[in-house]
Amino acid sequence: MSTSVAEKEKRAISLEKLDEVVIRFAGDSGDGMQLTGTQFTNTSALFGNDLSTLPDFPAEIRAPAGTLPGVSAFQVRIADYDIHTPGDAPDVLVAMNPAALKKELKDLKPNGVIIVDTDEFNQRNFAKANITSNPLEDHSLDSYRVFPVALTTMTRRTLEGSGLDTKSMDRCKNMFSLGMCYWLFSRPLDNTISFLGKQFAKKPHLAEANVKVLKAGWNYCDITEVFHDRYEVPAADLEPGLYRNITGNVSLALGLIAASRRSGLSLFLGAYPITPASDVLHELSKYKNYGVTTFQAEDEIAAVCAAIGASFGGALGVTCSSGPGIALKTEAMNLAVMTELPLIVCDIQRGGPSTGLPTKTEQADLFQVMFGRNSDSPMPILAPSSPKDCFDTALEAVRIATKYMTPVTLLSDGYIANGSEPWKLPQAEDLPDLRVTFRTEAAGFLPYQRDPETLARPWAIPGTPGLEHRIGGLEKEDVTGNISYDPMNHDHMVRLRAEKVARIAADIPPIEVHGDESGELLVLGWGSTAGAITGAVNSARRRGLPVSRAHLRYLNPFAANLGEVLSRFRKVLVPEMNLGQLAFLLRGHYLKDVISYSKVQGQPFTRQEIFDKILEIMEPNQNVH
Amino acid sequence: MSTETATPTLTKKDFQTDQEVRWCPGCGDYAILSAVQQVFPELGIPRERFVVVSGIGCSSRLPYYMNTFGFHSIHGRAPAVATGLKLARPDLEVWIATGDGDAMSIGGNHLIHVLRRNVGVKILMFNNRIYGLTKGQYSPTSELGKKTKSTPLGSVDYPFNPLSLALGAGATFVARSVDIFQQHLRDVLRQAAQHKGTAFVEIYQNCNIFNDKAFSYMTEKETKDDNVLYMEHGKPLVFGKAKDRGIRMRGTEMEVIQLGTGLTADDCLVWDSKLDNPATAFLAAQLLPPQFPTALGVFRNVEVPSYEERVVDQMRHETERLGVGTLDDLLKAGDTWTVGGVAS
Repeated sequence: MSTSVAEKEKRAISLEKLDEVVIRFAGDSGDGMQLTGTQFTNTSALFGNDLSTLPDFPAEIRAPAGTLPGVSAFQVRIADYDIHTPGDAPDVLVAMNPAALKKELKDLKPNGVIIVDTDEFNQRNFAKANITSNPLEDHSLDSYRVFPVALTTMTRRTLEGSGLDTKSMDRCKNMFSLGMCYWLFSRPLDNTISFLGKQFAKKPHLAEANVKVLKAGWNYCDITEVFHDRYEVPAADLEPGLYRNITGNVSLALGLIAASRRSGLSLFLGAYPITPASDVLHELSKYKNYGVTTFQAEDEIAAVCAAIGASFGGALGVTCSSGPGIALKTEAMNLAVMTELPLIVCDIQRGGPSTGLPTKTEQADLFQVMFGRNSDSPMPILAPSSPKDCFDTALEAVRIATKYMTPVTLLSDGYIANGSEPWKLPQAEDLPDLRVTFRTEAAGFLPYQRDPETLARPWAIPGTPGLEHRIGGLEKEDVTGNISYDPMNHDHMVRLRAEKVARIAADIPPIEVHGDESGELLVLGWGSTAGAITGAVNSARRRGLPVSRAHLRYLNPFAANLGEVLSRFRKVLVPEMNLGQLAFLLRGHYLKDVISYSKVQGQPFTRQEIFDKILEIMEPNQNVH
Repeated sequence: MSTETATPTLTKKDFQTDQEVRWCPGCGDYAILSAVQQVFPELGIPRERFVVVSGIGCSSRLPYYMNTFGFHSIHGRAPAVATGLKLARPDLEVWIATGDGDAMSIGGNHLIHVLRRNVGVKILMFNNRIYGLTKGQYSPTSELGKKTKSTPLGSVDYPFNPLSLALGAGATFVARSVDIFQQHLRDVLRQAAQHKGTAFVEIYQNCNIFNDKAFSYMTEKETKDDNVLYMEHGKPLVFGKAKDRGIRMRGTEMEVIQLGTGLTADDCLVWDSKLDNPATAFLAAQLLPPQFPTALGVFRNVEVPSYEERVVDQMRHETERLGVGTLDDLLKAGDTWTVGGVAS
């Protein structure tokens, strides 16, 4: 593999421009693959690419090293144009050990690039990964371009004399692979160098070691013939403005803070740690100088109850969890329905039932938040469609909760919670005005007297003279709010609560159809499937198929024009990461026999899967594959 | 959010509501309600700053009869609701009405955590040793062998000692009183009101329908003086009709001594509720009949910063360090880049 200087000078490395590339970093949980992927992402974002990411990690913090359950992966797609998904299949796979290669290879494109750490390809690791023959020698990788590199050896050699022990040295090897990828895709090192400086500010020798290895990875490519080609993905033609890369959970947290500022309400988060929602708690706990109170409660129930208590006191009460935690919160959510207090319940969905797949994504809590409470218990439900959309959806959830005095559920999921994309920053002054007025007038005050338009009751907070009143979970007498067991009053109140939520439909934007306004097929989705659906419908339209798409942010109530939109299409395809929950609701509401397309593998839909389904419907006689 | 106004002189009547009180006639809850309604106006706090939060059960109906802000929440969760309220609004006086089922059983987790955090709320736990509202099942404080609808052969559960539980959870104010001992109860409530962390007050309450006379051994005229030990800070532990008996330490235990036969009040333990170490308070909580009199009064009363004080302090320090956050700073944090040369 050695190259003389003369040969190197003669060698012409071709620089090939690509419009997009998908890279997957895969290794052991302890190999730092999430960090490596995030660094590549951030550098590409600063370079100006459009991008989308898909982290995929195990629920176990450190499964036994070298085993299949221990594999942690991070996929990033960078492009010079507007993209909607992290990509169906990687072009490049970085596999730090045999288990990572075995687990991730199936997705790699034919002729895709594989970078492996040959030091890890030994009998011991083959056994851990249940591999019987060395894939680097048995020709099973012949249809790919394999670049075997002794990553561990070279990392150790780079750090000789650094005083680090072998274990600490080996922790740096992800930087070697990152340096190689930076060279391969013509990316500068400075962003990661500055990150390492900050990350290890208190341990400068570790910062130095990581930077040294990062550079060594770059230099290794530069002075050897390991790669014959070099690639460049030019900056995307994004709308002018100031951008940052953002994950859904951070975007959600920032949206809640923005809503707090725009409403004039202090933000109170009650939360109990749970995957994949904990990052919202982590993020919000950083913003004490924004008047944000975060309360890590003793359990999920206390978390939501504290948020309700805060709302009663005049704060913006929020709780955040995932399906199993939402199950515990349901009784308290109903208390918020009955007491008609604003409350934001964020459900970052994961695979279930029960503990299910904690780190994998799913959209199967729709029924839970729609129906999972005792009695007729209407609650608005909103779902963000992408990481950056979590910001806007949070603002909208707060608008509805405070205007209508109701708890609102925000249904995100693991895919958009952990995935990231560039976000064009809004101007602070362009954000919606969410100002709230508390009741202060004592004369004529009745706790359950309603606004004639919204049916909202007054928000009368403790400390206001003359407004002393009692609320609770027992049925209320209309207007006075006194306890009432009167049969007709109960009937009236059940209908009133339903009517209040139903009226929100008149206050939300109509469904927008992309493509033809009517016709053969509408692909209708909700939440995180937006990217894959958009990609698939765009492909179908390029093929000349009359396919349209629409996406729901509001799942309860539905937009006022949804029934009419559905009636304009002969067929409606509803892709969902569950067994057809939205499809069930649509059939129930509109008697429209939509076509349900389900996927519950803990992984998001690929563009290809939805495209193939569209072809199956539109061109039933063609053999798709 | 509080408004500084001259505190009007309030009376018991100001804290009564127009709602018909729906406890059974003869229920001990009436006496507790009356004591609370008498103490609140004495505290010099505007009525609108009081919030009474409750869970579920007979005791938890109390907020409806208090003309303050009130929140009748769900079973066992009053401490959680109250914690959120107190954190959002440290200016409010937050009181919790709960019972032995609500606080010790379904809400046990919230109770121990509100106590360990030392949230500035006052907890009044009505202990009648029975489930009343669900019509007579044994509770976590029912005695072993108790025959109830759900234990026809007698309960096989060991009961909780609520004060021991509270002390074990790190409660900074722990007291016990009895529904009909009005003067004592009011005095305990006043002391609880002055405490700035969590105040836990167990109130023995007679359920005359499902567990009548549960505390008669210490409330009946003939027997009460010999069965009740009033503990007062700085005073020796002496009891009995003739004040002829006392409590003293023997090794790591408490024992009853007969005064007069060479022993005097000076030989008794002088009660100190301010001890940092809760061990002595724990021993006093274990004084149970028939071997010992039942201790009443303030078992522990130590001042440490409340939870909300610590939370507010952190926020203040961060705001001093970083300045009040603006929306612009919030949005533009982290690595940003400009597309198309737009100045922003």
